[in-house]
Amino acid sequence: MSSLLKVSSLTKKYGNVTALNNLNIELESGHIIGLLGPNGSGKTTLIKIICGLLQPTSGEVTVEGNPIGAESKKVISYLPDTTYLGKSASVKETIDYFCDFYEDFDAERAYDMLGKLGIDPSARLRTLSKGTKEKVQLILVMSRRADLYVLDEPIAGVDPAARDYILNTIITNYDEKASILISTHLISDVENILDEVIFLKQGNIVRFCGVDEIRSNEGKSVDSLFREVFRC
Amino acid sequence: MSWNLNSDRPIFVQIMEHMEYDIVSGALSPGAKVPSVRELASAAAVNPNTMQRALSEMERRGLMHSERTSGRYITDDESVIASLRDSIANGRAEAFITQMKRLGLGKDEVLKLVKENY
Repeated sequence: MSSLLKVSSLTKKYGNVTALNNLNIELESGHIIGLLGPNGSGKTTLIKIICGLLQPTSGEVTVEGNPIGAESKKVISYLPDTTYLGKSASVKETIDYFCDFYEDFDAERAYDMLGKLGIDPSARLRTLSKGTKEKVQLILVMSRRADLYVLDEPIAGVDPAARDYILNTIITNYDEKASILISTHLISDVENILDEVIFLKQGNIVRFCGVDEIRSNEGKSVDSLFREVFRC
Repeated sequence: MSWNLNSDRPIFVQIMEHMEYDIVSGALSPGAKVPSVRELASAAAVNPNTMQRALSEMERRGLMHSERTSGRYITDDESVIASLRDSIANGRAEAFITQMKRLGLGKDEVLKLVKENY
């Protein structure tokens, strides 16, 4: 197994606030990894650095051996935690835009998922509800044939039935070569599809292990362990 | 979630228990082809790697075997299935007896109870 993502001694400071403190992470291909932590633990900061939207204060991140840049962006499909799509465009226009922009975009797959979730491609994004907009964004992101999917809170605004469908889409569509990094608070919904979890606490990694290890060593679910580690 | 997996025990162990039960009960008949890892993972709503791990472990125990090109098959060895049935039944019986003991029932009372309810 080759290393897909390598984070070495990564530190990020905002002024005198340390958001990430000397992180070391190595992810292999073909895994689904949960990035879990309470609000303000540094999840989004880490994700933004991996996706090249923030510069680290020190340390290094490489994707398939390349530093963060044009090469890494080609193989990473990123779902941000905010909307960035043009509101006046229709879903179809947005798909066309993605087709032009990404070589690895599979429009057929996108239309197939839209159909299953009952979303009308001719609808303008402005007219969609918050949850439906989130579904569209996730569909766009998952329709790329990327090597690393980075999903920042992908299912937070989506109803439970669609959540199941989306998780199922993730399981059935990702190929053995790709890995998925998911940040979320909804641990009990996703934990059965995860291989590994990273617990982030105030910019430090407090756990990085396989989910079945947690279950067999501690006799509890990832959700209960999370509640225990981060008890307020 | 038709497989009723519980998040506080290793998922691959629960998948194995589920499929072993299907093999013994005949829901998965001897010699039958096992669906692909992806289909099973999707049906159980688990990660394909987890499903793969469960299937490999069942292969190691001789409950299924892989044909190089055509996929995985349930064992057609009746003795393997019979011994699997015995071990599941024994496990259930032990658990039942432990619970009955906790309720304060003695051996004769438990036997009587079983006879009456069977």
